[in-house]
Amino acid sequence: MRRTLSGIAGTAALALVLAACGGSSESDNDTESEKASGDTDPTSLEAELTWWDTSDPTNEGPTYEALIAKFNEEYPDIKISYESVPFGDAQNKFKTAAEAGSGAPDIMRAEVAWVPEFAAAGHLYALDGTALLEDNNFLETPLSSNVYDGKTYGVPQVTDTLGLMYNKALFEKAGITEPPATWDEVAEVSKQLKEKAGVDGLYINNGGYFLLPFIYGEGGDLLDTENQSIEVGSAEAVAGIQTAQDLVDSGAAVKPDANDSYGTMMTLFKEGKVAMIINGPWETAAMSDDPSFGGFENLGVAPVPAGSAGAGAPVGGHNYVIYSGMDEEKADAAIAFVNFMASAESQAFAAEELGVLPGNADAYDQLGDNERVAAWQPALEVSKARPWIPEGGLFFAPLDEMATKVLIQGADVQKTMTEVAAKFKSEVVPDYSTE
Amino acid sequence: MSQALVVAEAPVHPPRKPVGGLRQSYDRNWYAWAMVLPTVLVLGVLVMYPLVQGILQSFTDLNESNAQDVICTKTLGGGEDCKDNPNSSEFVGLDNYVDLLTGVRGSFWLQFTNTLAWTLACVSLHYGLGLGLAVMLNRQMRGRAMYRALLIVPWAVPGFVAAFGWKFLFNPRFGLINQGLVNLGLDPVEWFNHRWTALFAAICTNVWLGVPFMMVAILGGLQSINGDLYEAAEMDGASPWQRFRFITLPGLRPVSSTVILLGTIWTFNMFPIIYFVTGGQPAGQSEILVTGAYRAAFEGVRNYSLAATYGVLILSILMVFAAAYRRTLKAQGEVF
Repeated sequence: MRRTLSGIAGTAALALVLAACGGSSESDNDTESEKASGDTDPTSLEAELTWWDTSDPTNEGPTYEALIAKFNEEYPDIKISYESVPFGDAQNKFKTAAEAGSGAPDIMRAEVAWVPEFAAAGHLYALDGTALLEDNNFLETPLSSNVYDGKTYGVPQVTDTLGLMYNKALFEKAGITEPPATWDEVAEVSKQLKEKAGVDGLYINNGGYFLLPFIYGEGGDLLDTENQSIEVGSAEAVAGIQTAQDLVDSGAAVKPDANDSYGTMMTLFKEGKVAMIINGPWETAAMSDDPSFGGFENLGVAPVPAGSAGAGAPVGGHNYVIYSGMDEEKADAAIAFVNFMASAESQAFAAEELGVLPGNADAYDQLGDNERVAAWQPALEVSKARPWIPEGGLFFAPLDEMATKVLIQGADVQKTMTEVAAKFKSEVVPDYSTE
Repeated sequence: MSQALVVAEAPVHPPRKPVGGLRQSYDRNWYAWAMVLPTVLVLGVLVMYPLVQGILQSFTDLNESNAQDVICTKTLGGGEDCKDNPNSSEFVGLDNYVDLLTGVRGSFWLQFTNTLAWTLACVSLHYGLGLGLAVMLNRQMRGRAMYRALLIVPWAVPGFVAAFGWKFLFNPRFGLINQGLVNLGLDPVEWFNHRWTALFAAICTNVWLGVPFMMVAILGGLQSINGDLYEAAEMDGASPWQRFRFITLPGLRPVSSTVILLGTIWTFNMFPIIYFVTGGQPAGQSEILVTGAYRAAFEGVRNYSLAATYGVLILSILMVFAAAYRRTLKAQGEVF
């Protein structure tokens, strides 16, 4: 028995070790450093930098590696060790490494919502006063995701938003000429698709992020950061989610599966079994390359359908950030690298290759008429900045649960949204007021 | 110390309990103390220290954003601005426990019920199926070695691989199980859209994974039962059921009690199956306590104190269980 008891203690202790890993840690402070400037001779810079890329390693990775090769033509002595880190793990991996003070990369591609969180914990260098912000002309909304407490902690790599992606061939078969512009039209179009083309209309992924267009469409939001209030239980937000539930209940949208909903959505759309999805430009390349889908020519992109207060989709995307534990002696090299990667030329190159949307405004001038990027312009015009606060990472667990309850289990929308608001109050932003 | 005493003491093994307490024990058996010291140190560092730290953390509101006392903002190209964390972590007494147990934060009771159902179903199926297979395989028959080898295969498959495999089998749209149901003329089941069907899928996976261990352990126990007993019983006219009931089961008691206790503890804390098969779907309704603790610790802004509270509660539940289990066995005259 003694043996098993210590075994119990061991298992429990292991569980606690996980919890105990959070001891505070100080990153060493290197104070003495040269003033960084953008006008140094490229060949004189010598450093080794690690970069965590979180883009898709098969579709997108090679493009960024090609950019590194180009960078090395200009700066031969800056060695970039490129590491592809799966997007799903990267946030946790970076936080663990940064808190432990070892193993974090010098430069990272961070999702827009991660930046305020990392910055608030002191994990990032502020970039104010560096060439990065002075040399480039970034789009305002993507750049705003990097600002925390008056300082800027990153620069945009790509921006994205959600849009209505549709299968042109199926639309033609059903005799539909225009993509639906409102949720009511989505319901009508879905009916036609089912009758004439024999396929389902819309697939709504049951993730909270993918339901934001419904909330924005009625003029609702999650939070009001200015007045410090929780808006997710408001009448507008409830009306928006009600629209989504009605679409599922009426059969205009497929009832999603609770597990692996995103994967199911993509499979059904690529196989032509569902005619419309709500998704973003990061799937453009993979979808165009899928043999069963019919190439980019078959892919239609429209702004997200509007509710009673107009259309609105969340802004997403990724930023380049620099880890505050990086030795300041490498500052010039890091600035040179990020400056190269975030430049209009590089972002135009990536957009040309992948169809992703540049975060650098000047890149659009260089792109001219790239059809894959141009397709997303109307969708981008109705995109809306999310509340960029450090607690941003906590929004989506309650929203994901809400999505499953409302869309799959038929829960009452008003009641469920009130619960979400209560959870926001107790677990996300306790200082905010609820209505 | 006289020569005679030493001679008298020498053959006594293990040494008789020291009469004069610790001091005398140390004087006489210092080498034994020296031998256990490394173990004590290692256990202290690996088990006691994190255990104590975890328990202490469960009385604070420690999370990722208040873990540091000072937050420094560095500007690239020079300059560092440090200020005190406005809300650094503090002692909150039993708040975490109260919040968790009253449902203000997390959904402890739902997860607790799930954990009980999950543990009970898995352990009883593991033991029942393992016993059945072991009894079947304990007889002489053709191809016994091959059957044994095949039945152990699931054990050799890493848990997460099995979990992904079963998750795909249960996929409501593309999975084989629903296709089979449709072929049989039944309605497909939306496995992960309901609490109990999702748990059922996870339990199937875990049963498949866990039966081989039980089978091998029980087979070992069966082979240690003296064959003469069966022969004698047969001579006395005992039916096969009577032999099973009165020879096999009592003979297996020492093995059974150990593997059931172990199985319960493992299953109670079986993280990967729930995490990978159901992912807590639908809407967190198939979450068990350990996956709840994981979500507190590693999702969003990491809440170390809440996760530690989960850990302490899990530890307490298992300790109560182990004590009760041990008492029951003791009452039945089992030395364990």
